[in-house]
Parts: sequence; structure tokens; C-alpha cells
Amino acid sequence: MHDNQAVEALLHSMAQELETYLSRQSITHCEFVGIRTGGVWIAKAIQALIGNTQALGELDISFYRDDFTRIGLNPTVSPSSLPFETEGKHLVLFDDVLMSGRTIRAAMNELFDYGRPASITLAVLIDLNRPELPIRPNIVGANLSLRPDERVKLIGPKDLSLEIEHLRSSGDER
Amino acid sequence: MQDSIGPSIQLTETGKLKHFLTVSGLNKDLLTEILDTADSFIEVGERNIKKVPLLRGKTVVNLFFEASTRTRSTFELAAKRLSADVLNINISTSATSKGESLSDMLRNLEAMASDMFIVRHSQSGAAHFIAESVTPGVAIVNAGDGWHAHPTQAMLDMLTIRQHKKHFEGLKVAIIGDILHSRVARSQIRALNTLGVEEVRVIAPNTLLPEFVETLGVTVYNNLEEGLRDIDVIIMLRLQRERMQGALLPSEQEYYQLYGLTRERLKIAKPDAIVMHPGPINRGVEIESEVADGNQSVILNQVTNGIAVRMAVLSMAMSGQTETQNARKNERLDRDKA
Repeated sequence: MHDNQAVEALLHSMAQELETYLSRQSITHCEFVGIRTGGVWIAKAIQALIGNTQALGELDISFYRDDFTRIGLNPTVSPSSLPFETEGKHLVLFDDVLMSGRTIRAAMNELFDYGRPASITLAVLIDLNRPELPIRPNIVGANLSLRPDERVKLIGPKDLSLEIEHLRSSGDER
Repeated sequence: MQDSIGPSIQLTETGKLKHFLTVSGLNKDLLTEILDTADSFIEVGERNIKKVPLLRGKTVVNLFFEASTRTRSTFELAAKRLSADVLNINISTSATSKGESLSDMLRNLEAMASDMFIVRHSQSGAAHFIAESVTPGVAIVNAGDGWHAHPTQAMLDMLTIRQHKKHFEGLKVAIIGDILHSRVARSQIRALNTLGVEEVRVIAPNTLLPEFVETLGVTVYNNLEEGLRDIDVIIMLRLQRERMQGALLPSEQEYYQLYGLTRERLKIAKPDAIVMHPGPINRGVEIESEVADGNQSVILNQVTNGIAVRMAVLSMAMSGQTETQNARKNERLDRDKA
């Protein structure tokens, strides 16, 4: 459905939108943070497009999920790394797909455990428009409507492309 | 000397940890998963806010029937950094001294909706006994039982070794001192062999070695100088005077003469060898002060790693219990549907 040229085009429009957005907010300096794994790929791609060479923050939100009591610990958790102070900084948070907003809530909780940022801007490649929380993105690559038995997945880390998966039964979301 | 305690009780049907009672019976992948998860928690310990919400709302009970400072406090910190509520039960002043049985006491603690018991006991197999009888869904972690096992101590030692040596393959490790009374040594030997080190040596007088110790997969040395040759990792053990009955040793001075790790003797091992000790240290009995505080010593790293390893084990065991409970729930739902 989306080949890698399509993703490339979305990234270009996100990069442009982000620069416009930041200047409108009068943010001249900000730090980039990607949510593992897809969000880190998106953040790196956008950094390359706008010539940003700052160290990138990477979040693994496994320790902050709200479904630990239902599904347990992610077996492949790796340490988060924020190679900069977050206190008082403007942050741009990247993720590949925004669905319920629960991942973003977990990521924001984790960010606040490092310090109190001045602001957080949310940039996502795909917005599925199925919010379960009052969390909306500031920068969106594309909006997408899926049937209940469909999932979208970002394939990477190089030549990013999107893949639609069909689930056999529509269980509840992760 | 062989482990009579069946390991399967600590695993879920899919092979995940749900209790942590002993290292034996756990495969290399699972031990590596514990170390990898602990690595992630080290980063949490370096933050300003050293807390993640993973076990929020869970109640963890520290059930210590035997004195402990380091182990109890690092378990408590581990649970608190996972946002659990922690209850410390001081057994010497509790109701067991008023005649209440262990089972009755456990039933009472379970009635307070506890989710996990961290158990230290002077009897080998105590944690296992509790794991067998506890309400489903409650995780048991062994914090040392008799001479049998001290699995979290062994795993924090493995984490410390991996941090300094990167791999286990090709390592020669020497465990020195009172092997006979040491549950730490038993757990370490199993973990080291499972993780695939080249050689584990035990160095001690025969009076401080258990019978048939070779069957655990170790080489025995009675002479410290000989045993230290080519060694990458030195693990000193505390002389457990409180457990010693009868004349196992002529005197502490003589023990130090023969088995004390001094600066001179340390030179026999590889130049980049690390020195470990589970604590508490008896300076001048098993180790020279200058060695314990020297630049090859990683003894305080061990303590820091102890928190991360315990965070890993607590969250993995709780996660395994969750999996088991969910499976039971689904079975029930399927039955009701049928």
C-alpha cells in the first residue's frame, strides 16, 4: 500500500512541517527523542533531512507500559538513553504510528522522570485517529484509516516502508 | 551436594521465570535474559528520579528469618525503584516467636494481598517449600536458604563479571575460601558453568570443601598460589564463623597466612584480574585491606549491580505470574463457554 518512496515523501513533508511549527512556536533550540524502535528511525530520518547532527535521545518505554499487569514484561527491553539534560528544554518526540495514545503517555511519563521539559512536540509518521486518551500529534505524516482486523507496521531501519498486516481475529490492541 | 530441589516449579509453561529459587535448572538463555534486563535497570539507577512504575500497586514482602543488611536493603530498594510497596517483616520480633507456624503466618500475609515474598531462611529449601504452598499468583524469590542457594547474589556477580570481561567464554574463575558453608559459592558455580566459562576453580583447605565438590564441575586446589595462576576473576568468600561447628580451622591468623588474598598473591593472577567479594568483608582474615580497596577490586560495583539484578528478577517473576494467571483465566473462560 505504501512503498518506500511514499514514506520518503511523508518524511519530507514532516520535516518541512516541523520546521514551520517550531519557528511559529519561537523554538530555536530543541532536542530530538525517538521511541524505540520505529520512532528512532523516523527521528534519524528527519534529522538527516533538516541537517540536525545533535545526539538523539532514545526511549524504551517497556518499564512504563500501562498493560504490564495484563501482558507482562517485554523480553527485549534495552536501556533508554537521553544524552542531554531535559530540564527546561524543548523536546520533539517521534513515533512511527499513533493509535490509542498510550505509548505517548508512557513516553511522557518517562521523560518527566528525567526532568521537567519546557515543552514536548509530538511528531508521528502515521496517525490512525483512534484516540483513547486526549493526546494529539503536532506533526503528522499521513492519516490512515484501518479496518479493525488491520495493523500497520514500519519496516526499517534503512529504506523505511510501511506494511499493512491482516490479523486473523481482532484481539485487543497492544 | 547435588541439588535435590526440582527447578521446574520456578518456570511458567512457556519457560519464563515465575519464582526465583535457584540457578540450577535455568538455561543459558534465561540467565542471559536476567543479565540483559538488569543492564536496562542500571540506567534507571543513574537517573535523578530512580523509579519506574512497573510494579506500581504491587505489594512485596521482605520475609527475613535470618539477619541481613546488604541483601535486605538492596531488595527493598529494588522493589521501591519499581514503585512497589514494601513490607519488611522482622521475624525475631514477629509472631513466629509467639508460636505461630510459618504456614499460618504466610496465610495472614497473603490475606493482606501480597504479590511477592522475598525469603531468607537458615533452612535449605525454605523458599522452595513456600513456593509450593503459596497461593497461585504470588511470586517467591529466594534471598538465601541455608547452605543451598543464593541465586540473586550469583546473578549480580555474573553481571559484574560480564561488565568487566564482556564475555564468559574463555574465562578462568577462582572461588576462594569457605566453600563448605557458602550458598553463594554453590549458586555461583552453577551460573558460571551454565554461562560457559572455561574453568571454575575452588581454592580452600579440605576442611572447608564439601564432599564430592568436583561433581559440580570445578577443579580443586588446596594451594592458593597454584590456584591463582592465569585467573581472570577472583571471588573471595567470607569465613562464616557463625556457621562453623568444631575445629575446621587452626586459627584465623593461620588461615590468612595460607588463604588470605594479599597484594603479593594478587600478582600471580592475570594483571587485569578482578577481585570480588559478596560481603561483608573480614579485612585481614580472608582479604588484605589494600586489595579490598585496590583498583582491581569491584566489590562496590557488586553492590550497585545487586539492585539492578534484583529489579530484573522481581519484574520478571511478577511478569511470569501474570502470564500464568492470564492463562488460567482464559482456561476458565473457555470452560464456561463450553
